[in-house]
Amino acid sequence: MAIKNARPGRVRPAPENFLTDEQIAAVKDGRRDFLRKAFLGATAALAAPAVARAASAGDPAILELPPWTTSLGLPVAANPYGMPSKYERGLQRRESPGLTRVGGSSVAFTPLQGLFGIITPSGLHFERHHQGWHDIDPSKHRLMINGMVKTNSVFTMDDIMRLPSVSRIHFIECGANTGMEWGNVAVPTVQYSHGMLSCSEFTGVPLKEILDMCGADYKKGRFVLAEGADGSSMTRTIPMELIESGEVLVAYGMNGEMLRPENGYPLRLVVPGVQGVSWVKWLRRIEVGDKPWGAKDEAVHYIDLMPDGQHRQYTSVQECKSVITTPSGGQLLLDKGFYNVSGMAWSGRGKITRVDVSVDGGINWRQARLETPVLSKAITRFNIDWVWDGKPAILQSRAVDDSGYVQPGYGQLRKARGTKSIYHNNAIQSWKVVESGEVSNVQVL
Amino acid sequence: MSRFSKTLIALLVAGATGLAAGTAGASEGYPGIGRAATEAEVKAWDIDVRPDFVGLPKGRGNVDDGMELWETHCASCHGVFGESNEVFTPIVGGTTAQDIETGRVAALVTGDSPQRTTLMKVPTVSTLFDYIQRAMPWTAPKSLTADEVYAILAYLLNLGEIVPADFELSDENIREVQERMPNRNGMTTDHGMWPGAAAAKGGLGNGGKPDVKNAACMKDCKKEVEIVSALPDYAQDAHGNLAEQNRPVGQTRGKPTGAPAEEAAPEAKAGGAAALALANEKGCMACHGVANRIVGPGYNEIAEKYRGQTDAASGLIDKVKTGGQGVWGAVPMPPQGHVTDDEIKQLVQWILEGAQAQ
Repeated sequence: MAIKNARPGRVRPAPENFLTDEQIAAVKDGRRDFLRKAFLGATAALAAPAVARAASAGDPAILELPPWTTSLGLPVAANPYGMPSKYERGLQRRESPGLTRVGGSSVAFTPLQGLFGIITPSGLHFERHHQGWHDIDPSKHRLMINGMVKTNSVFTMDDIMRLPSVSRIHFIECGANTGMEWGNVAVPTVQYSHGMLSCSEFTGVPLKEILDMCGADYKKGRFVLAEGADGSSMTRTIPMELIESGEVLVAYGMNGEMLRPENGYPLRLVVPGVQGVSWVKWLRRIEVGDKPWGAKDEAVHYIDLMPDGQHRQYTSVQECKSVITTPSGGQLLLDKGFYNVSGMAWSGRGKITRVDVSVDGGINWRQARLETPVLSKAITRFNIDWVWDGKPAILQSRAVDDSGYVQPGYGQLRKARGTKSIYHNNAIQSWKVVESGEVSNVQVL
Repeated sequence: MSRFSKTLIALLVAGATGLAAGTAGASEGYPGIGRAATEAEVKAWDIDVRPDFVGLPKGRGNVDDGMELWETHCASCHGVFGESNEVFTPIVGGTTAQDIETGRVAALVTGDSPQRTTLMKVPTVSTLFDYIQRAMPWTAPKSLTADEVYAILAYLLNLGEIVPADFELSDENIREVQERMPNRNGMTTDHGMWPGAAAAKGGLGNGGKPDVKNAACMKDCKKEVEIVSALPDYAQDAHGNLAEQNRPVGQTRGKPTGAPAEEAAPEAKAGGAAALALANEKGCMACHGVANRIVGPGYNEIAEKYRGQTDAASGLIDKVKTGGQGVWGAVPMPPQGHVTDDEIKQLVQWILEGAQAQ
């Protein structure tokens, strides 16, 4: 389809190499017409010399050999630990201005607008700390298991890393992701609306194995407390059923290397499908007990306010959700024609089975392609073809998981939970496209 | 990987050495891994307090002592009356005598309170004890004795008019206080988002039944599209220049908004900008603002205080290095071992010169 629509011989260098200063200013003003006008100009030989040359002989990016083709490059190990290209520096973790007032108890959002596939680069994994982060000496880190176990026990990192390990890909999403949007649109881009979401390959030991070693009382001890080694020593209650499933890991590895300090180095809990606050970082202690603990993050925060004034306590599962990341809020489409609409879908209850995409605000839907791998409690990448006709559009995605649950719209979600919940907003996201090519964040019931 | 091979290795090791696992405790199945914890070790770390008060240490503390401790350790962030909204959301406010009777905070239903304070939300007094004991004060967590935690909590509860001004809180009467918590009946676990067994089977909630049901309609699903919310004009520029938050190639570009970010790389920054970047990098800005107090004094206050004192720099350099307390209140400034001498010098000089960003 794309081939059919393409104009043969059409040269389309990147705009910054092709346009005059004036035309670049026009791009920055968000006027989409610039390209069409530029081509008209080129045809009429009225534009800058570069344009004229491009139209006559070809693209200067091809005709004029660049320095990287005509000089010696850098040696190996010039960067002993490799970093992204300098041209990628726009894609960074960022705070949302005004969201928090203290950096030690804040959030840095993952730039989802620039990511591909399903794995989040470790350096872009979102951050949420409760009392600052530390770079802990792994030789001094200990994991204690106590409570309803036969033997209260201590493990060093040496101990834990000697045990049989597993590696699994899972998403982690903060329970408050998209929380700013419960009542109305509040932020411009997918980084801030959905960026408390990451997905990594984690390596570690099933907590079940360690509890078995300590002789856990599985009959009476149906709850587990996880506690961090940071100043906040954050605690959360986790159901023993999840641990018995073998899914909960005591993890030290992330994407092939050790966890990053901001993500819990040297040890964190991995609780697939459950909100990030339960994935306790800098994990120092696991206690087995017969009742939940009512910790600060279970009784003051991470409680969901309902319209009747009650708070839901111990809400933990991240329900099925999806979002289109390209194109998304705060972006500009450069021209009409073909686009690969791409996004992410995930469910705390299992695998994604399908994602539907609408470009008319939810009147009609088409089924998107799910890219492999499609894994349980992991991000699934979806793509769908779209030929933009230059007219206004509203892009939406709607995911379905293998429990049969269909991602809800804002109207449905607010009917059940009101607008003040803060947590667990998994509503269908809408991106409005206008004639200029500008994409913005809107809400549709 | 298989159970069989693990068992086999265990047998071989045991057979070859003629020994059982070398350490008592956590080694069943994996000889030589882990050891038993000592009683003192468990005591040192197992500090959690549950809603049924399992784990609560013995002790006592009264409102008056709590007020003094509060002013020393807590007021700089939370305000003298726990009402401050400067650094964290308020702890106190929004609850009434009626709420204490019913155990339901009425303002949560009517929406009358501008913000939800801690006392409006928290159902369990154990949570407050546990959290203060494990995480407060902000810059020196776990430094309070049990009696101090009781006293601070007594003061907080008095601010919320849950206990009288002459009250002494202790492990013996804390259950009675629980019966007066304003939102003690304000929680529900009747939902489908607990990933374990349902309440009926010894867990929590309804066993995972969702509260929202959508259908995957594909065609003519509605007649018209109503946009109910869009980004307000005043928020367009609030997140900086979006053009610089996107890739320079690909299907899209970022939309230019707000003021363009500085082009210069960090190493190219000079003077004030470099010092400000350093202060950010070293975490100074977590407690000090340039023109505002956070946990510690603002840099403007420090410059003002030491204006004209030629020897101020050396004293301040020492203070950053080894920590200090008392000049700006009782919240201690911890020693900043991660900042080099040269960096401290640069920062102090910058602060005394007025902490300009350029």
